[in-house]
Amino acid sequence: MNPFTLTRAASVDAAVRDFSGHEAAAYIGGGTNLLDLMKENVAHPQHLVGLNKLPLSAIESTTGGGLRLGATASNADTAWHPEVQQRYPLLSQAILAGASPQLRNMATNAGNLMQRTRCYYFYDTATPCNKREPGSGCAAIGGYNRIHAILGTSEHCIATHPSDMCVALAALEAVVQVQGPDGERQIKFEDFHRLPEDHPERDNTLKPGELITGIELPAQGFAENFAYLKLRDRQSYAFALVSVAVGLELDGNTIKEARLALGGVAHKPWRDRAAEDLLKGQPATEATFRKVAEAVLKEAKGQGTNDFKIELAKRAIVRALTQAAAGEQQASDVFTNSNP
Amino acid sequence: MSTVSTTSAADGQLRPLVPPSPVTLRINGQDHPLQLAPWTSLLDALREYAGLTGTKKGCDHGQCGACTVLVDGKRINSCLTLAVLQEGADITTIEGLGSEHALHPLQQAFIDHDAFQCGYCTPGQICSAQGLINEGKAQTEDEIRELMSGNVCRCGAYVGILAAVKEVVDAKR
Repeated sequence: MNPFTLTRAASVDAAVRDFSGHEAAAYIGGGTNLLDLMKENVAHPQHLVGLNKLPLSAIESTTGGGLRLGATASNADTAWHPEVQQRYPLLSQAILAGASPQLRNMATNAGNLMQRTRCYYFYDTATPCNKREPGSGCAAIGGYNRIHAILGTSEHCIATHPSDMCVALAALEAVVQVQGPDGERQIKFEDFHRLPEDHPERDNTLKPGELITGIELPAQGFAENFAYLKLRDRQSYAFALVSVAVGLELDGNTIKEARLALGGVAHKPWRDRAAEDLLKGQPATEATFRKVAEAVLKEAKGQGTNDFKIELAKRAIVRALTQAAAGEQQASDVFTNSNP
Repeated sequence: MSTVSTTSAADGQLRPLVPPSPVTLRINGQDHPLQLAPWTSLLDALREYAGLTGTKKGCDHGQCGACTVLVDGKRINSCLTLAVLQEGADITTIEGLGSEHALHPLQQAFIDHDAFQCGYCTPGQICSAQGLINEGKAQTEDEIRELMSGNVCRCGAYVGILAAVKEVVDAKR
């Protein structure tokens, strides 16, 4: 790890000021991803602004009937929060599907959004990587790319966003609240993360110095008919090869409202609005789900070692939609029915 | 202080431009005044500066759980946090859970159930299990397996670890 200075900010204003006053500064919340990247010499900030004293850990109802998740609330406290479990079980399950209990205790909600790809080549400083070193090339294209993206890739980067939590937030239409040198603003979740295009070094649309202060969930939580289906190499403590977040609103057997987002397949949580439109007004049948799955993966492109993800994603979509429509949850998830 | 690296002073000695600063860590109920550089992990502070070597360094990347300690009663990987960020927190290590003369119930259960071979992962396993008990979520074997998945045992003593943790969880019900 390179040497750096560190201050612990007491307020959001002070944090933003401190960040702007230093060269190569970085915010540090739980640190579970940033410190790892610093140990690997992938990230080398000169100054860290510590956020764990900020008064941003509350989880509270909003006037609009939604729920606001504080930026520095831990992933664990969020997933086990009674309001989250009752009203947004999709989010609770997605969080509990990720990482380990220790990491979920440390990792913050804002940090979950800010985590970087787990592409092996991004981590390996001996190889070229356009995300780590713009212009150096991409070793994953033509390399071993089993965990890589099949949708929304560019010739410069095929990395995936590794979060489970963010897939649920995309499906739930969360809003990210930020504060920066130019003041406060809100970013729709689907506009927060970006596709690699010509700038894979940019994971998101934050401006320099902007700090996430909270995440707002709208009132509709799809608590009756939802599924978070995560497929991975081992049952626990592994990143998704493919994951699917589904929220449905049913009128009898007819789909009134639908949300569908995929994880492990793209540079950002892959919400597909066209697929949601295809579901609306249709009967909740396997035939409908298969048609939608084909549509979501229509433009998918394998990179060789990850070709299997295309068929895997189709089947996962059908299974997740089936489970959501039936009001069943993923049978293999231990804590699916743990009402507080 | 705008740059941080080493510099050549007049005497030709290389010195860091970020000197260690005083940090007081509260560990197992005792204050430890230490001189630490900002980049010292909590794990290194415990082992190298506070002299508490019960907490183990396995992967140093948050993947194995050997460095698990409790901070304000919650289990974390001490390798992935900076010591300076834990000033003011209440840190509990394996040394704070039990002693040679008065074993913690989890320590006794690990012995009774043959829950280790080499013992390197054991302090982390036990701190993690205490965190699991504090959380109060896991009751069944499947739930304990899931919520102990952040602790890896290369000897493969999982059967004994599960039995030991289950026994103490059951005793607390």
